[in-house]
Amino acid sequence: MSFFKVENLGIRFGGVVAVDNVSFEVKRGEVFTIIGPNGAGKTTIFNLIGLLYPASSGRILYEDRELTGFAPHRVAELGIARTFQNIELFEHATVLQNLLIGRHRHRSTSLWQELVFTPGVRRAEVAHREAVEKIIDFLELAKVRDTLVVGLPYGVRKVVELGRALATDPKLLLLDEPSSGLNPEETDDMAFWIEDIKKHLGITVLMVEHDMNLVSRVSDRVLALNMGIAIAEGTPAEVQAHPKVIEAYLGAPV
Amino acid sequence: MRFLFKTGYEQDVRLFQHGGQVFSYGLLAVVLVLAPWWAGDYFMSQLHFIAIYSIVGFGLMMLVGFTGQISLGHAAFLAVGAYTEALMQAAGVPFVISISCAALFSAVAGIIVGLPALRLKGIYLAIATLAFNVIVEEIITRWESLTGGNSGKHLKPVELFGIKLDTDTSFYYLCLGLTVLCALACANLLRSPTGRAFVAIRDSEISASCLGVDLAWYKTMSFAFSAALTGVGGALYAHKLAFISPEQFTLFVSIELVTIVILGGIGFLHGAVLGSAFVIVLPQLISIAKDWLPGGLVPTGLQAVVFGVILILFIIFEPLGLYGRWLKVRTWFELFPFYRRGMFRRQKSYMKSERLR
Repeated sequence: MSFFKVENLGIRFGGVVAVDNVSFEVKRGEVFTIIGPNGAGKTTIFNLIGLLYPASSGRILYEDRELTGFAPHRVAELGIARTFQNIELFEHATVLQNLLIGRHRHRSTSLWQELVFTPGVRRAEVAHREAVEKIIDFLELAKVRDTLVVGLPYGVRKVVELGRALATDPKLLLLDEPSSGLNPEETDDMAFWIEDIKKHLGITVLMVEHDMNLVSRVSDRVLALNMGIAIAEGTPAEVQAHPKVIEAYLGAPV
Repeated sequence: MRFLFKTGYEQDVRLFQHGGQVFSYGLLAVVLVLAPWWAGDYFMSQLHFIAIYSIVGFGLMMLVGFTGQISLGHAAFLAVGAYTEALMQAAGVPFVISISCAALFSAVAGIIVGLPALRLKGIYLAIATLAFNVIVEEIITRWESLTGGNSGKHLKPVELFGIKLDTDTSFYYLCLGLTVLCALACANLLRSPTGRAFVAIRDSEISASCLGVDLAWYKTMSFAFSAALTGVGGALYAHKLAFISPEQFTLFVSIELVTIVILGGIGFLHGAVLGSAFVIVLPQLISIAKDWLPGGLVPTGLQAVVFGVILILFIIFEPLGLYGRWLKVRTWFELFPFYRRGMFRRQKSYMKSERLR
């Protein structure tokens, strides 16, 4: 049984082929990174996996189940969480509330119970808070737990978004450029967390990233894309040395 | 200044966060329960309206303030509730059942209106709901065999478990009781997963759906819940007026309801109550002011003009409404003398990722 597999995935917007016939497989428990120059189609692949775009061709298989054709929210219910490149937090809510929304897929109460707030709902709420508090500890967010997201600096928001994705208790975590906009120190923290997420939480990570230091530090395998086409796959060192990758980033020798 | 020390997760879930809140809400409850003793006939009647409008305000607040969907057609739900109540009472149905049906039918109407909301946003949704209002208004005017058309419907006082609530006082307690129940229902919903899903949809649909929130389901539910509360309000409204006709459910009423939410403070349940009080009291103030103005100077549409001007001023200078203003005043006192001018200023938000839909 394969854990997560993308087969011949493709999407075209009018005449533009954004992703063309890309296949890869993510094994349980690894960090798999997609790299590529701007416009290579990395985020588009994430949006295809999240079913935000309908794929023009190909299949996405998660635990041997085909995802294509589900409603977007079903993806999260199956245990795939994601972060966004430009941060999509609930800005007028506190950090704690943001993380609590991450618990949505674990809700167990019905509307009628919630309207009267039965003891069952109360217990479930307390349990959600316990779960969220563990993540707050893990990501060292205790200082800002009751702060509104609007007032937080960019670096912290990035962590909050990671925390919100973790709060869904996912099996597969999609990180869209976790280090973009972070300073070297914050990037370092992020690398630690990604390693910990893999080792201690046992979550498989699929990530899009530009920072090659971070990539080679945390990834088990790397896939390089250019213009929507997969050009190389292997360990970080292999991919970095691959002639096609060098060509994509730096251009071909004349 | 009060510092809250949290020692358990229970504390966050509680309805009242600290003793001060218990005290102030308790005081409010006592004042309101004793209202028949301190308020005159006229003021009692105003309190009826404030309670009824508050229920409607809660409904609209859940939709506009917490789910982020606009509706310019809530007078239609008010009408559905009011006519359901009028017709069922005429048919001899007990009040408990008829008001439940008013809520239920309004909720069904809400679901019907909610369906376009799955595809429409912002101004387009406003137009769709506005059209719904016009349609319902037209239906109740034309369907004379059922609604009596322009000649309207008369209602008898409420009869609850065989007791006639025909005095101001007894009807007041009914309204007050239902208002408190509706407020509790909203507050409970907001501290549970459903309420959080609403807020998630309001703030970012895209990430809400990536966290497993079924947008279609929760938007529809929000419309249904909002309409149900409005239906309850409509039933009480019908009893309060004792006579209903299509004129009471025009577009202007819908706009008045939106005014309640905006003036009160979007995103706060308290705002619904403050907004209702404001909207009920303002016309009285205007008519008092009219007496002071020289006769020739009073234009006929004074009330609409004042409403419009106040709405615009609020949107520009106090987008958080009356409740937002109160929060600022409270913070000023709590922090005295350290309040800074920019404390509540909203920061410009960072770039959002590309909007996918």
